[in-house]
Formats: sequence, structure tokens, C-alpha cells
Amino acid sequence: MQDFTRAAVGFARVLRGAGIGVPTDRVAWFAKSLGILGVESRESVYICAKATLISRPEDFAVLNICFDLWWLLHRADSFEMAADELKVAIEVDSADDEPLPDSEELWEEFQPDLTMRLKFSGAEVLASKDFAKCTVAELEEAAKAMDRIALVVPRRHTTRMVSSRSRKGPIDIRKTAKEAISHHGEPVRVRHRNHGERPRRIVLLCDISGSMDPYARAMIRFLHSAVIGGIRVEAFTFSTSLTRITRELDWKDPDVALSRAGQAVKDWSGGTRIGEALLEFNERFGIRGMARGAVVVIMSDGWDRGEPELVSREMARLRRVAQRIIWVNPLKHTPGYAPLARGMSAALPYVSDFVEGHSLRSLVQLAEVIAK
Amino acid sequence: MSFSSINNKPFGVTSPAELQAKLADYEYLADETLSTTIFLSLALARPLFLEGEAGVGKTEVAKALSRWLGTELIRLQCYEGIDVSQALYEWDYSKQLLHLRAAETTTGAGGHPSIEALEHELYGERFLLKRPILTALSAPSGRPPVLLIDELDRADDEFEAFLLEVLSEYSVTIPELGQIRAAVPPIVVITSNRTRDVHDALKRRCLYCWVEHPTFEREVEIVNLRAPQVGVTLARQVAAMVEGLRTMGLFKPPGVAETIDWAQSLAILGVMELNDRLVEETLGSVLKYKEDSERVRSSSISDLVRSAVKRATEG
Repeated sequence: MQDFTRAAVGFARVLRGAGIGVPTDRVAWFAKSLGILGVESRESVYICAKATLISRPEDFAVLNICFDLWWLLHRADSFEMAADELKVAIEVDSADDEPLPDSEELWEEFQPDLTMRLKFSGAEVLASKDFAKCTVAELEEAAKAMDRIALVVPRRHTTRMVSSRSRKGPIDIRKTAKEAISHHGEPVRVRHRNHGERPRRIVLLCDISGSMDPYARAMIRFLHSAVIGGIRVEAFTFSTSLTRITRELDWKDPDVALSRAGQAVKDWSGGTRIGEALLEFNERFGIRGMARGAVVVIMSDGWDRGEPELVSREMARLRRVAQRIIWVNPLKHTPGYAPLARGMSAALPYVSDFVEGHSLRSLVQLAEVIAK
Repeated sequence: MSFSSINNKPFGVTSPAELQAKLADYEYLADETLSTTIFLSLALARPLFLEGEAGVGKTEVAKALSRWLGTELIRLQCYEGIDVSQALYEWDYSKQLLHLRAAETTTGAGGHPSIEALEHELYGERFLLKRPILTALSAPSGRPPVLLIDELDRADDEFEAFLLEVLSEYSVTIPELGQIRAAVPPIVVITSNRTRDVHDALKRRCLYCWVEHPTFEREVEIVNLRAPQVGVTLARQVAAMVEGLRTMGLFKPPGVAETIDWAQSLAILGVMELNDRLVEETLGSVLKYKEDSERVRSSSISDLVRSAVKRATEG
């Protein structure tokens, strides 16, 4: 069997240069696979590389480009040659939506210093792209990714003790005795009791006033993903008034859900009265029970036309019943941002976590903060 | 001892193409990427990690492998909260207890021959309940069994960490018995629907393959193979119809199993060719969500049927 270690290592270096981590043992597998299947067929070498070096479909695009290049470089030479000199730098360029140039063209553009620059617009770029700058197609793509953000609900202990599988805690005499009966009085398994657990409720309040326009669509889509995720979630929108849209969003097809929500909400792009919206929430839902022990998430840029005192008072009331208040501000990531908006600065003292919310990645972080 | 040895001709097949033909004999039609990946995983004796949408035939790979090799298929269905006692082994408490009672009565009170011997007996293989992974690892030498770890994405992270240990060494340690090492490493097939990402550490120990929906021609072949009673024209039309449905961005695009079911149910109704009314009536065998059915019904069914019939005749 021929030894293709050098060739395999060469290609692994190309991949690493392009940002895909390849562990050494997998490079060895690649070399062995080439040893078994040979290097005559391009297709077969490609499949070997795909099977042994890659483990996520997101990396296929980069693999394809690297492979094309590497194969072109080597078709003239012997495979034994190490490809150490080739470096591929993937240049992230989200601004232009040109299709990727094909490999023949790349060959033409090849620089004498043997450094290749490729423009690449992929999931990585989308993950950190500001929703306000996304095209409609990108928002669609982001929305699909949002469905995969699993909101993990924090749980709280209940005071009631329930029988549990755990081997800690006081002994559940009733259950142990009951099971012992079927084993002729021998307590084969000792059952224990522990505090029960209940998922906390998550309340999402989304600002849909004019200033939030660039983010509203993405935010509502996030609300939808959360509502259909099968956990205890309540969703509201507010600008001049408060609208509960949990029931409207509880529909699997996002298009239908969003249009139902659209019909229910009367004040899209209206003015902002955060204080009054919070007052309404507290009076009608929150203080009565919905916000008790819950994680309250407020998505807003904090621009407020109402009285800051009202915001401050209602935030304080909410803070006293909720477990945590998380404020998501899509403007927070902008360099030099300071929470100067009147509503924002009035609310901030009562906020337990202040996070960004402008991109997919920041929403993933939000999900982590909620789960905390 | 390690299992890193390479076998150029795993189970007598010399090339991916030959493996593809063998699997086809056992009613599985794999494309080139999949058959090459399976071939490599057999040759390198490494687990195979199959990912893809539901219903593209990931689980079937394991079944076909076990049919071809004539060995046992050991299936471990993952679910949320699965733990080691359900995957590896458990001691049969009630049986152990019964054994003690029996020993008591036969030897009479106060007269055990040896307490140590008795205790030793208690942790013997007869009281060990083997769960799938231990069954696979303790198979006798000869042809290895196929261990299918299905829908790993449903299990928790802790379970992945446990698998990591098993898959890198093909051995497990049971405190009372010592280490159990596989005489032959089982053929491991892991599937995931990618509802969440499985940890990299586990994936890098496996050969990876993303399984796609089959192409139109291959799907026709699959229907012909799995449901021979379906007429040739109908098989082509159904495959074309399903291909069309998959491009509609449905909540749950129909898988290969749905295609076969649909073709079969139409064949039972004695249908030779598709028409609007039939599709309308039998849509339930392909679309399993109310929202999806509504979406398809609201866009024109007759348009879909017309283009499917056209596609089927074009080939």
C-alpha cells in the first residue's frame, strides 16, 4: 500500500488555513483511506476527504473550495509532493452577494506569494450580521436558524416533596413499602423523596415602536420560535398599548403565525410608551401571577416618549415579583453606546441582565442567559 | 491491543462499488458518497456517523448491513434522559435476592458452605442484565454484530460523554466484573436528525456522512425495489410528486418511507396513474402536519400533479 501521509497532511494544512479544525488522528484516517481507495479518481479522493476530515455540513462549502484548489495544484505534480506552501485565507466579505468564483478562475488569480484569498459569505457571517442590515433572504435564513435555538427553561424547586429516582433525600416510606410487598417484604429498592421541580415561566415583551422597526421582524420571529418550542412562554408586543400574542403565535407555520400576530397587533411602528405598557402588563397580567417567579425578557431600545418616573416605578414593581428581568437592546453592540435614552436609564437599575440582540449570535447568547 | 489495523477487504468486498451492489442485494440503494463512507468505516473499523433529515434512510443503513453480514442488529434507541443503566447493564436485584433465599433454604440456617463463594456468585454473569452496548461488546468472536445508536441528538450531553469512552476503546469497565473488551469491535452506526449539534469530540471519532434525500431516479429505483407491486408509471409519478413537495419548504418534508407508503397505498387502491382527486384524498400518507396539508392544498394541487406527471414522463 502506498503511503499518502504527506499528501493528507498537506491537504489538512490547507483546511486548517481556511479555518476548519482537523485533528491529527483524522488526518491519519484520510491517509489510510487514500491508501485503500487510491488517488486515481477525483470523486473518490473527494469523498474520502469529506468522510474523514469534516463533521458538519456547514463546512462542506469551504471543503469544496479547498479541495478544488488542492486538486488543481496537484494534478500536474506527483501526489507525493507536500502542499505546505499553499495557504488559503478565507476572507469574510458579507457585503457582496456575488457567487463564489469557480476554481478555474481562482487558478488564474493565483498570487505568486501562494496565498489565496477567497471571499466567503456563509453561515458564519450571517451569525454576527446585524438584523437591520440583513436582506429579506438573509432574514429568512436567520429565521430558520432561530428555530434551532433551543430555549432551555430554568427550573425552580417546589416546596412539595415528590418521589424521585435520585438516591439522595429522605426515604419515601410509603413507596418503598409498597414495592417491598411484591418482593415478599424485602425492600429491594429504597425510594427517596425530593423537592419537585417546575419549569419557570418565560415572559417575552417585545417593543414594536417605530424606532425598533429594523429589528421587529426578527424579534417577532424569535418570539414565534420560543412559543412553538413547547415550553411555558408568554409573548407580548407593545408600543402605545400592550397586546398579548401568545395564542396568535402558537401555530407551527411561521408565515401563518406571523400574519395572525400582525392582525392582532394594532399599533405597529407606533410611538413608545414603555412605562404605560409596563403598567398595563403589571396590572392585567404580571402582578396577578404571570410574572411571579418568571424570567421576564424585555426587548427594546429604550427610547421612550412617556414619563421616566413611570418606567422606574413599574420596573420596580415588576422586579419585586419576577425572578429576573433581562433587557435585550439591539443597539447595545454599537461602539460607544451608552444607555442614555431616558426610558433605558430609568429601567436599568432594575435589570438583572443587559444583553445585545441585534444578531443571530447574540440571540443564542440570550438563550444562554435565559437558561442561567 | 488496538483496533487501528486496516482491512483492505472488509468482509470480502474490495471496493465501494462492490459494497453498493451488495447492499442493493439486501434492498438498500446507497449513493456513491454513502457507500464509500460505509466502505471506509468498515475498512478502518471506525464508527459511522450519519446525519440528515428525518426519513432519508439513515437507520436502514444499519439494518441492511446486518442483513448482508447475517449478524445481529443491536439497536439502542436514544431518548431524553437515557442513562448508563439502560444502555450498558443493570444488576437483576430481584433475581439476586431470590438466589440468596434459595441458598438459605437449601443449606439450612447457619450452615453456609462459604459466604464469600455465595457473594461471588451474586455478581456473576447470570445476574447481569445486558443492555444493548454491553451485548454488542460481549458478542463472541466471528462476524461482528451491528450496533445501531439511533437518534443520538435526543440523548443528553452526559450520555455522549459516556459513548465517547465506549467508542474509542470498545471496552467498558463493570466494577464487580472488571473490564470487558470486545473480541471483535462491533460495526457502529450512529444516526442523528440534527435537532441539536452532537459534540465535536464524539463526531471526530467517527466517519461522517450527511445523508441527502435521494435523487429522483434513485427514489424511483427504491420504490420499485421496496414496493414491487407498484406499477412503473405510478412509481415515477409518486417520486416526482414527492420531489416537488420537498421543494415547497414544508414543515416536515416527506421522507423515503413516506414515498414508499404512499406508492403502496395507491397501489392497494388499484391506481395506475395519479390524478388530482386521488392526491387530494391520499395526501395524508405523505404529509403528517395539518399546516403542511393546508399549505399544499392552498397552492394548487392540480398544478403539482401536472408538473409531476410531466417530470415522470421526461425521465
